[in-house]
Amino acid sequence: MIEIDNITKRYDGVAVVDGVTLRIEPCTICVIVGTSGSGKTTLMRMINKLVEPSSGRIRIDGQDIAGIPAFQLRRRIGYAIQGHGLFPHRTVGQNIATVPKLLGWDKDQTAARVDELLSLFQLDPAQFRNRMPHELSGGQQQRVGVARALAAKPNILLMDEPYGALDPVIRAKAQQDLLAIQRRFGTTIVLVTHDMEEAIHLGTTIAVMDKGRLLQCATPAQIIANPATPFVAELIGTSERPFRMLSLSRVADHVEPGEAAGEPIDASASLRDAYGELLWSGRPALPVRLDGRIVGQVTLEGLSRLAARPQ
Amino acid sequence: MTIGNLLRLIVFAVLVLFLARPDLFSGFFGLFAKNGQPPIYNQGNLLDITFNHLVIVVAATLAATIIAVGLAIIVTRPFGAEFLPVSRSLANVGQTFPPVAVLALAVPVLGFGTAPTLVALFLYGLLPIFENTLTGLTNLPPSVTDAARGVGMTGWQRLVKVELPLALPVILAGVRLSTVISLATATIGSTVAARTLGEVIIAGLLSSNTAFVLQGGLVVGVLAVLIYDGLSALERVLMARTGQLRRAPV
Repeated sequence: MIEIDNITKRYDGVAVVDGVTLRIEPCTICVIVGTSGSGKTTLMRMINKLVEPSSGRIRIDGQDIAGIPAFQLRRRIGYAIQGHGLFPHRTVGQNIATVPKLLGWDKDQTAARVDELLSLFQLDPAQFRNRMPHELSGGQQQRVGVARALAAKPNILLMDEPYGALDPVIRAKAQQDLLAIQRRFGTTIVLVTHDMEEAIHLGTTIAVMDKGRLLQCATPAQIIANPATPFVAELIGTSERPFRMLSLSRVADHVEPGEAAGEPIDASASLRDAYGELLWSGRPALPVRLDGRIVGQVTLEGLSRLAARPQ
Repeated sequence: MTIGNLLRLIVFAVLVLFLARPDLFSGFFGLFAKNGQPPIYNQGNLLDITFNHLVIVVAATLAATIIAVGLAIIVTRPFGAEFLPVSRSLANVGQTFPPVAVLALAVPVLGFGTAPTLVALFLYGLLPIFENTLTGLTNLPPSVTDAARGVGMTGWQRLVKVELPLALPVILAGVRLSTVISLATATIGSTVAARTLGEVIIAGLLSSNTAFVLQGGLVVGVLAVLIYDGLSALERVLMARTGQLRRAPV
């Protein structure tokens, strides 16, 4: 658990982060959203002491980080950034092995971990281990960047706009991978982004920041239904609200009995995808397919009810 | 092999041959000697003199590299940042002082011979290396230095594992510049009795023997070009290895 307690950072008397208090539960993804200059990155960088707070405390699992030497703390916390930050003079394998090496893991253990992570990110170890970062595509570099952050099995992973430089297709794939990895390892992830869509897609909780202050911290559903301030509502986009609401749930959780005709939709798709498909094909209902079997239907009427403002 | 490299190889072979058997070239240099003057330098072994010239240059550049890189490292650390302006002006003074003046000032203290030349070359070589090391250490990609901090490297580990390896090609460019300047400047060391190729040129000037002047000048010039090209090639290899090479400079 990460407890941020009334933390403030001032540069030349101007508060960039202003009295923020935030609790991040273990094994969740907390997405900090804000416009540029909102202090979101500064807030995140105080968790691994890349920025020293002017006042306030941060505790990780109950331990005040002020008492831990910065370099030791950082070796316990994964750190992935936009533009990946890979060391250009070291191979992919050496990059991933950075933190294990700093921690003094033995060679075999490190090598095994490197190969395990490469496989996990769908990069063939034999093929990629000895490549240089500049020989990889943007998406591959980004994956290696996250693999390096996870190398020493940290409980906490900090990510600063990790997908900012990726194109939409690769970005969606990377987000899927991240969710899968988070579920598998139970890592606590703090992710900074300016993209509300990404925040709603990834976040267990969303913390909205503006001008150094924390405006609202809640689940995506709560944020969409009850934005705390007009600014939060603006970030979500008022006309987007019903669709964002639908994007939070899977078809599988809202299957109705009944039979519909035409091309089925996968149970793992989001309700938003289903709604789009209904409108586009002009049908009142879609059959739902789970593991190759038709298990029921979703209807336009049902989805419209789910998309309406929660009472 | 490219045409350029082939040319360099041939030039190098001719240089070695000339230094080993200068008499083979007496026909060519005879064209520049007035009648009765010796066509080939006859007051010392050219190979020995060239070797000595190179040793002086290498020693001075090595010392300048160690001091300049060390200084640049210190002033780019947080604890040394306040010394940045001082060290910068120090290296600048070294560069603006004419080497001849340094020689003149050093002779009374160090006497005639190699020592004052070494001092002059050392001072003269500091600035390019210092400036380049500063540039190399301060112009690293921000995402890389941020990542180096973020993964938990200590200051020393960041310097040795990330900053210096990435700055190396730029530092090497400074060393290359210094070496070439020193190669040429070392010739004036012979005015205070250092054993360099300047000796051949000065002997030629004193006796109005153009052949001597040409011999000394050509050897220095060819050495400078070859060393310059060699170090440039090394830089390109280093840049390519780290993916920093956009387009190979011609």
